[in-house]
Amino acid sequence: MEETLHTGIGAVGHLSVIIAFVTALLSTFSYYKATVGSSLEKKNEWLTNARVFFYTHIVSVMTIVVALFSIIYNHYFEYHYAYSHSSRNLPTHYMISCFWEGQEGSFILWLFWNAWLGLALIFTNKKWEAPVMTVFGAVQAFIASMILGVMIFDLKIGSSPFILLRDAMVAPIFETDPNFVPEDGTGLNPLLQNIWMVIHPPTLFLGYAAGLIPFAYCIAGLWQNKFKEWIRPALPWMIFATAILGLGIIMGAYWAYETLNFGGYWNWDPVENAVYIPWLIMVGAIHTMIVFKKSETALKTSIILVLSSFILILYSTFLTRSGVLGNASVHSFTDLGLSGQLLLYMMFFVIVSVALCIVKWKKIPTSDYEVSNYSREFWIFIGVTTLSLMSFQVLIPTSIPVWNAFLGFFGIESNLAAPADQIGFYTKYQLWFSIAVAILSGTGQFFYWKKMTKDQLVKDLAIPIVISLLISAIIIVSTVMNNMSYILLVTASVYSIVSNSKVLFSILKNSSIKLSGGSISHIGIAMMLIGILFSSGYSEVISLNNTGMLIFDDAPDDTMNKENVLLWINKPRKMGEYTLRYRGTFAEIEGAPGYVLKSDLDLTDDPFKVIAKKDIKFNKKTYFKKGDTLRTHPENTYYQVEYEGEDGEQFKLYPRAQINPSMGLLASPDIKTYATKDIYTHVSSVTDPNQEKEWSDEKEIESKIKDRFFLNDFVTVFDEMERLQFVDGVPLSQEDVAVKAKLRIFDNDRVYRAEPIFIIKDRQIGKVPAYIDDLGVRITLNKINPESGIMTFGLKTTMKDYIVMKAMSKPLINVLWIGTLVLMLGFIIAMYRRFQEYNKLEKS
Amino acid sequence: MKKIHIFGIVVIAIAISLIVSTLGNTSSYVNFQRAKEVAEAGNNKEMHVVGQLKKNASGEVVGIKVNPDKVSFSFIMVDNDGEEQKVYYNEPMPTDFYRTEQVVVIGGFKGETFLANKILMKCPSKYQETTV
Repeated sequence: MEETLHTGIGAVGHLSVIIAFVTALLSTFSYYKATVGSSLEKKNEWLTNARVFFYTHIVSVMTIVVALFSIIYNHYFEYHYAYSHSSRNLPTHYMISCFWEGQEGSFILWLFWNAWLGLALIFTNKKWEAPVMTVFGAVQAFIASMILGVMIFDLKIGSSPFILLRDAMVAPIFETDPNFVPEDGTGLNPLLQNIWMVIHPPTLFLGYAAGLIPFAYCIAGLWQNKFKEWIRPALPWMIFATAILGLGIIMGAYWAYETLNFGGYWNWDPVENAVYIPWLIMVGAIHTMIVFKKSETALKTSIILVLSSFILILYSTFLTRSGVLGNASVHSFTDLGLSGQLLLYMMFFVIVSVALCIVKWKKIPTSDYEVSNYSREFWIFIGVTTLSLMSFQVLIPTSIPVWNAFLGFFGIESNLAAPADQIGFYTKYQLWFSIAVAILSGTGQFFYWKKMTKDQLVKDLAIPIVISLLISAIIIVSTVMNNMSYILLVTASVYSIVSNSKVLFSILKNSSIKLSGGSISHIGIAMMLIGILFSSGYSEVISLNNTGMLIFDDAPDDTMNKENVLLWINKPRKMGEYTLRYRGTFAEIEGAPGYVLKSDLDLTDDPFKVIAKKDIKFNKKTYFKKGDTLRTHPENTYYQVEYEGEDGEQFKLYPRAQINPSMGLLASPDIKTYATKDIYTHVSSVTDPNQEKEWSDEKEIESKIKDRFFLNDFVTVFDEMERLQFVDGVPLSQEDVAVKAKLRIFDNDRVYRAEPIFIIKDRQIGKVPAYIDDLGVRITLNKINPESGIMTFGLKTTMKDYIVMKAMSKPLINVLWIGTLVLMLGFIIAMYRRFQEYNKLEKS
Repeated sequence: MKKIHIFGIVVIAIAISLIVSTLGNTSSYVNFQRAKEVAEAGNNKEMHVVGQLKKNASGEVVGIKVNPDKVSFSFIMVDNDGEEQKVYYNEPMPTDFYRTEQVVVIGGFKGETFLANKILMKCPSKYQETTV
């Protein structure tokens, strides 16, 4: 029998995984030998070996990537990974998302970044190569083991992305035809079909991968008794890792804001927390490392923070991938049976770190110098402590499921659940920490750049304090702010912006822009705090349903606001200062800039293809002609909502929904952006197009040409009758008759046309009804009386089209997005400076 | 005592108070009876209750009532101990609600009705396809 399956590519992939795993182990061992070797000659021999192994490792990792991508790209649905993550109609850029949608693919992504970062280290830092790469190799071996997919006796090690569908699934079809290949895959989760989802996971994983570098330097430093020397090469990488991870977090937040319908960018979901916790510690580590470079203090703190940041990265991986969060999070991965392996991975590095610290602790130099209240060390130290406590506060509740699982392991049943109102709960604490962060980051900069005395401090701070109090007073009064913690946060953030700007100006005047990274980042953080405060603290549901009508007589709480409004098609409805009109369902068409009304399109057997019923125009330009076949994305439906403000301002929003057979209604918002606020709109409920319609009994209506009558509630004009030569393209014979009635139906300000057909062919009567889906009417032409000229129409009705939507206003959200850009700029400048500094030192 | 020691004590105190207050703010997974006891004791703490929608003998979901303005609905839920309870939710009914295999409601009793502030659903094959 001819082999029809593309098993070759999977075999190559699987083999590469094994090679990657083995070469990672071998390079770890060789680098270890090169570190501890007795003679220089021996060391060099081992170093050469180690490099060869690591280069082979890189090649095999790249082969894994190419193999998995070609499986997805070529639609080899005989592979479980391609089948369950991709489909034929997916555009190429979303195939990239498929690549890491699954657990296995995301491990490969991590492997990929680590491999290249390892290569960068080999080429940039020969002095530290051997011990640092020992750590790298070990990490790579652990990650590669996650995708090994081999069974040793009954122990499953790793989950391979290269297994065939027939081996992954038990289905009767494989018994009759073992070579069965499904026609199409199940596709990519529609929520992930978003450009931010293409670039956000690789960014996060690059951040994770880069977080390994400072850790590896720290371990190497402790191991080699170079307790101080590791800081200098590790610092620029720490800034790099923090910047990239931070960027990834913000991209994720932006994706959530744009695509998910919870109305925000941060939900304190355990998976989101899992990246925030290590990030705060990494920010803290940057600060203590800089302090150490300036004044030789805070070395032990730096070591602890750098080690814990990587361990927290591992812990968050464990949280999101072990399945332990299964009931607590909406987007953690499902359990692949890897939790034991992940735990082993994490525990290995915890034990290595703790053991090294214990053994070497006494030898780590400390400075005896008592930190004064007016020293930068003191202030930075307090700042770092605040960051650590901030991280700790998120860590504890996020770990509740782990705690339950842990107790369950000992037979104790624990039924603790995360706080019910996550956002309220975390905000309560993080708000106060943020106030502290803003004050400290505003003040710390003054200490950082000068030797400070009490008098000097008063002199330096007086002007910024006065200015920021003034600005905050204006903001507080003009926004009628009356919440004490909000007032403090605004004041503290404004103070941070003002004082850091003062420092920034003096840096730009007196020295080089290269030194401005710190103050620019701090300004960015303070802007983000202001943006977060206003956009969430003053986020307002504007679609409030305040009728106060008691609908259910046994409703427990009739005073509660309902936060959605029902819009019937075309029927205007007041919502605050706006009048809303829902205008029907729209589809997106490839090659046209806007959305097209679905009723202007005819469906075909292929859901991805539709036929235009009339010319498709945007801004007076015709994109497609009537009768053209167009490509569409059938899973997306856009609901046009016209907004009309009291001042006459008009705009249209197109909130999207996907009616997914397995996931229900997935709604994505559409956002109207103003300089000072966003109007955020999403649908909460729609008429389900897949549901069978319930039609009323037929009602007969008699009418003459040019008459007006009521169809349901709609005024209808019977314009004319037209004799047809063809019906459905079939010519009619001499004895056959076919006529079409032309009706115009008025709904508010919209006119619909209905053309029911009446046929007598071969002495048989046929009726082709006209449907108007928007209005939920079905009209047939039942009888024609040629003598009296009276026609009888049959009318059946069902529910009119409607949507239930929710709208929110998000003030000053742009300040948050601009703040993140400013923060990133600060990071880039700081990173550039530290890399340059290190390079100079290497050359000298 | 050096300043660093005082500082250390303060930090530890904050950390402990964070743990304690977290425990005070956690919710728990309970059944309806327990949730009712808590509410009757005057505590309006939010609870998680896990259960299923009520079904009739032929497996159809029964007891869902959608408000005519479609912005709220109520349903009958059976908790894991088999107790039936009317649950009211002040948001539109999720489209796939009929198909949900398991529901988690987060909220508390207001009189005889459980008022949910949040509903988590587990639908068949939400995350992973199991058949070809």
